[in-house]
Amino acid sequence: MNMEFYMLDSTLVVALMGEIDHHTCVAIRQAVDRNYQKKRAKNLLFDFEKVTFMDSSGIGMLMGRYRLVAIGGGRTGLYNVPKDIERILKMSNVCKLMKAYSNKQEALQELA
Amino acid sequence: MPKKNEMQIQFYSQSINEAFARVAISAFISQLDPTVEVLYDIKMAVSEAVTNAIIHGYENMGKGLVVIKCSYEGKEIEITVIDEGKGIASVEEAMKPLYTTSIEEERAGLGFTVMQEMMDEVEVCSHPGKGTTVKMKKSLE
Repeated sequence: MNMEFYMLDSTLVVALMGEIDHHTCVAIRQAVDRNYQKKRAKNLLFDFEKVTFMDSSGIGMLMGRYRLVAIGGGRTGLYNVPKDIERILKMSNVCKLMKAYSNKQEALQELA
Repeated sequence: MPKKNEMQIQFYSQSINEAFARVAISAFISQLDPTVEVLYDIKMAVSEAVTNAIIHGYENMGKGLVVIKCSYEGKEIEITVIDEGKGIASVEEAMKPLYTTSIEEERAGLGFTVMQEMMDEVEVCSHPGKGTTVKMKKSLE
């Protein structure tokens, strides 16, 4: 699992690449939390464009990050979510906690 | 349509093998020339069942063996994921959406729900102390 992190205003953008499962979630969780704290970010935005697979472990990971961000008064969002992955987001109702935006601009506008 | 066929793999219950299990089963099922959507569904179901075996069956110790048997005949696919781990006290309880025993671990409690959504049939047989067998079926129709 490769990841890229960058800040846009107070939002930490995390571009995830590859497969999200129980195994890769460990590294994702650590890297996201470390960057979120180090960069003193408020909101968290995941770019899913290059995610090729996600099972329910990914849902657990997203819910955990949502909690972390909500404690500091921030919001969590996703964008560029592939069709296959949209299905599990809907099944899990995680979309009630974080919105899946169609693109980065829309996401940043709403999170700001 | 290929003739009736069957395969079996086994591996240590290490989380790194979750991706291996998905790829191995996909490669076998690909002999039937399924759509990418069907293949994705099967990968999801296998991933959930194997993850359950690793986390819950073998309690993240990485030592026990996970066995997957996979077969097809005509358009009917059957996948069985077997562990000899600690078993499930109440299968009925475990299959409820959002049910999870590992709160501190950020588990969504959706494993069985996803399996049922992705496959046509999911049958769970478990004995505490002896292990769990998850048998899943899907038709390519």
